[in-house]
Amino acid sequence: MIPEIGHYALILALCVAVVQGSLPIYGAAVGNASLMAVAKPAARGQFLLVLLAFCCLGYAFAEKDFSVLYVAATSNSQLPLHYRLAAIWGAHEGSLLLWMFILSIWMVAVSFFSTHLPDAMRARILGVMGLVSVGFLLFMLTVSNPFERLIPAALDGRDLNPLLQDPGMVIHPPMLYMGYVGFSVAFSFAIAALLGGTLDAAWARWSRPWTTVAWCFMTVGVAMGSGWAYYELGWGGWWFWDPVENASFMPWLAGTALMHSLAVTDKRGGFKAWSVLLAIMAFSLSLLGTFLVRSGVLTSVHAFATDPKRGLFILVFLAVVIGGSLVLYAWRAPRVGLGGGFAMISREGMLLANNVLLVAALGSVLLGTLYPLFLDALDLGKISVGPPYFDTVFLPLMTPAIFLMGIGPLAQWKQASLPALAIRLRWAFGVSLATAVAVPWLMGQWTPLISLGLLLAFWILATILVDLRERLLQAEGGSIGGRVVTLPRAYWGMVLAHCGVALFILGVTMVKGFEVEQDVRMNVGETATLGGYTFRFDGTQQVNGPNYVAARGTFHVSQDGREVTVMYPEKRRYFVQNQTMTEAAISPGLLRDLYVSLGEPIEGGAWSVRLYHKPFIDWIWGGCLVMALGGILAVSDRRYRLAWRRKEAAAPAATQMARQTVS
Amino acid sequence: MLMLLFPSLASAYEAQPLAANPQVEARLKVLAVELRCLVCQNQTLADSNAPLAEDLRREVREMIAKDMSDKEIIDFLVTRYGDFVLYRPPWKPTTTLLWLGPFLLLGVGATGLVVALRRRQKKLTDVTLSEAERHRVEQLLSEGANRP
Amino acid sequence: MSRFLIPFGIFIVVVGFLAVGLTLNPRELPSPLVGKAAPDFSLPQLHDPGKVISSNDLKGKVWLLNFWASWCGGCKDEHPVLNHLAQSGEVPIYGMDYKDRREEALAWLKEWGNPYSIVAVDEPGRVGINYGVYGVPETYVIDKAGVIRYKQIGPLREDILEKKILPLVRELQNQ
Repeated sequence: MIPEIGHYALILALCVAVVQGSLPIYGAAVGNASLMAVAKPAARGQFLLVLLAFCCLGYAFAEKDFSVLYVAATSNSQLPLHYRLAAIWGAHEGSLLLWMFILSIWMVAVSFFSTHLPDAMRARILGVMGLVSVGFLLFMLTVSNPFERLIPAALDGRDLNPLLQDPGMVIHPPMLYMGYVGFSVAFSFAIAALLGGTLDAAWARWSRPWTTVAWCFMTVGVAMGSGWAYYELGWGGWWFWDPVENASFMPWLAGTALMHSLAVTDKRGGFKAWSVLLAIMAFSLSLLGTFLVRSGVLTSVHAFATDPKRGLFILVFLAVVIGGSLVLYAWRAPRVGLGGGFAMISREGMLLANNVLLVAALGSVLLGTLYPLFLDALDLGKISVGPPYFDTVFLPLMTPAIFLMGIGPLAQWKQASLPALAIRLRWAFGVSLATAVAVPWLMGQWTPLISLGLLLAFWILATILVDLRERLLQAEGGSIGGRVVTLPRAYWGMVLAHCGVALFILGVTMVKGFEVEQDVRMNVGETATLGGYTFRFDGTQQVNGPNYVAARGTFHVSQDGREVTVMYPEKRRYFVQNQTMTEAAISPGLLRDLYVSLGEPIEGGAWSVRLYHKPFIDWIWGGCLVMALGGILAVSDRRYRLAWRRKEAAAPAATQMARQTVS
Repeated sequence: MLMLLFPSLASAYEAQPLAANPQVEARLKVLAVELRCLVCQNQTLADSNAPLAEDLRREVREMIAKDMSDKEIIDFLVTRYGDFVLYRPPWKPTTTLLWLGPFLLLGVGATGLVVALRRRQKKLTDVTLSEAERHRVEQLLSEGANRP
Repeated sequence: MSRFLIPFGIFIVVVGFLAVGLTLNPRELPSPLVGKAAPDFSLPQLHDPGKVISSNDLKGKVWLLNFWASWCGGCKDEHPVLNHLAQSGEVPIYGMDYKDRREEALAWLKEWGNPYSIVAVDEPGRVGINYGVYGVPETYVIDKAGVIRYKQIGPLREDILEKKILPLVRELQNQ
């Protein structure tokens, strides 16, 4: 019964979505206020209906209802509750429901936080989001129904893939989808602006916080995916340029470019058409990612089970949504005005150069990901494009962007002088260069890439300090504390986010430059030394889990004779799918991770063991977290809080409204 | 001194490397990271546990032990499995676009940016106000300032 | 207006490729050995381990080389097709028992029938690697000069046999 309720809820949601996607947009076009007013309640209604459907599916999982095909395929009676619930998004159909649920969350958020927007704009934004949800609901109801029944019901389920039975499964997909779907808001803003014909700086100002929040979620989502792969997959890797990973990275790159482009559009009113195009691009890449993961067109460890019918549906949907948006863009964008002027050497110019580099990087990732498909489609043979290609190509494109990251914030708007900037930055460059040379020399190992990475990371930090010093000197407020407060949160957000990038680069450079690995055969009592740590193997014992049995090894780790930690790697065999899994033991630390992974048992109680010492690896994900925090800080800036607060104080008189200026 | 305090550590012996020949293994690692496991869902030859991957690693080890160069080993595999086995696409007429593409994109983007900026500068600085227009501008500005 | 249509143009091209991509199988690997000399082998026979079967013995005739194993599910599916072909006598089929155990292979052939003129034993899988085998079953069509002319990846089906393999075999036999 409950699954049927869920199913009907989705059907109703589709009806609401159709209404939401048509009436408000039409109403905005003809100026009909009551039609436009349909948008808010429709969005909220859709949220409630999709929430209901989501809860119904959750209930089916919680109650182990194996008469639902999807539950039988991805769950099991021995699966613990939290993983049963995470299994909601464990495979294709349920993950679409998650997508839809998160879309409805964003819709309802827009319906609540948009009172400062003109009615027509809000109507169009929610209308476009409604059209997107029509596509997804239709997709679910036609070829990907999570509520499909299995008659007769299975006695027990096929279990969730053991690789997914992990806390990472509980948080990573929702975070990632919040990002993917969040870009639909920026997209809807862009389409709404194109439809309405009013593309101005105000549009950019309204769009920025939504874009930034989606970007924060995307950053966390991608970082979590990487971190999860690191500790789950057992061989210490954290990024493979796999098609599905790229599918999440490309929208992130587009979102980063969009954030920076919106800054120019907001402050100087320039490059509006480009910002709109980027917004369309970011969401298009989200949709493309959805297609790549589910269609079977590319091979990936992360891909869902594939079905050409589903692939075709998404492709058609993709073609309609993006094709339509790009036609609308081609039609309306030429009419958009130019905005304020600025020189090539200026902050605007540098922000746009950053955009060119990010989009070139994005294009390269897309090229590399799709190239095997291009060649195969043209019958020119089968090739593989993997990390060697991406690493070779991505670094030269990102390096100039990082350099710009240091110069940009110091450059003046409208017109800046390169010689003047060089003088202001010479100490920063000197310090970064010195550190880049000194550190590897001290650590006893040097490659050009290590120095380049250190140079970039310290360049960012040094230029931030230079900029900070200059601004604090110029600020009013007496004491340092007073001056710090006068600098807007948006600035601090930028500082924090850029620091996050520096931390990320530091982490990557140190790990790739200085990590060590050993493959040893260990008898009980034997030791191995790695990176200054001594690992002693003290045998294995059998451990029973809820749905698996494991051989758990014990490793005592000491440094300079003092015991530092004990590590327990496991080799698990999950009963239902009869799959063996390596559960690595990781001892995380600020300056290094120790990583122990059991290989195969050898006679006499001995095991083949892989040991890693990875310096600074947690700075990779720490840096991403700091980036996201920077974004959140920027969104909490006074001007946005004022805008939202102003809606409560809004007086009915039009003249009063006209007087309000946004700082 | 410490060895006396911790007799268990003192008497423990060092674990042996898993591989019979560490130099061969080191070369294998460098190669295997760039080779694809043919039966897996996108994994390197180094990381895969598939039987074919183990066989191929064994073959590569033997080739390394026979002192074959990296190029010879790669050629051996490509002759039998095609370019698909390489994660670093070879430089060929069909992959020129792949390798040059990113830099072409950068070039096109940079050129586009410079052209767009020049064009907009021309459009914006071409406007010169006539006397009547200048008067009108001042009128409008003073009106705005006087508004309550 | 025209330069604003560029994004749309690029997009349409990409969608076109993606649409074609839906019809392709990214995991299927065509063999680079087609048109090249079949790698030599010299292996013990399954039914008579003392004797050796060598690829040189088979020069001068057109033959099929079928890689199979008793642990392979797809091999069961294609076996009736092979049996049928062997009965017709059109072209000799030689088996390559890939990474298998002798007793299990013999038992398997007893149960499912033996269409092979001779079965070679490739226990370590080296000959398989030389032939670019990455899964079983796989079948090669080899001509009189010992050149590989066609590779079938996956189980043989009657329709593939009729439409592709037998016409090729007949053509090669007439040369």
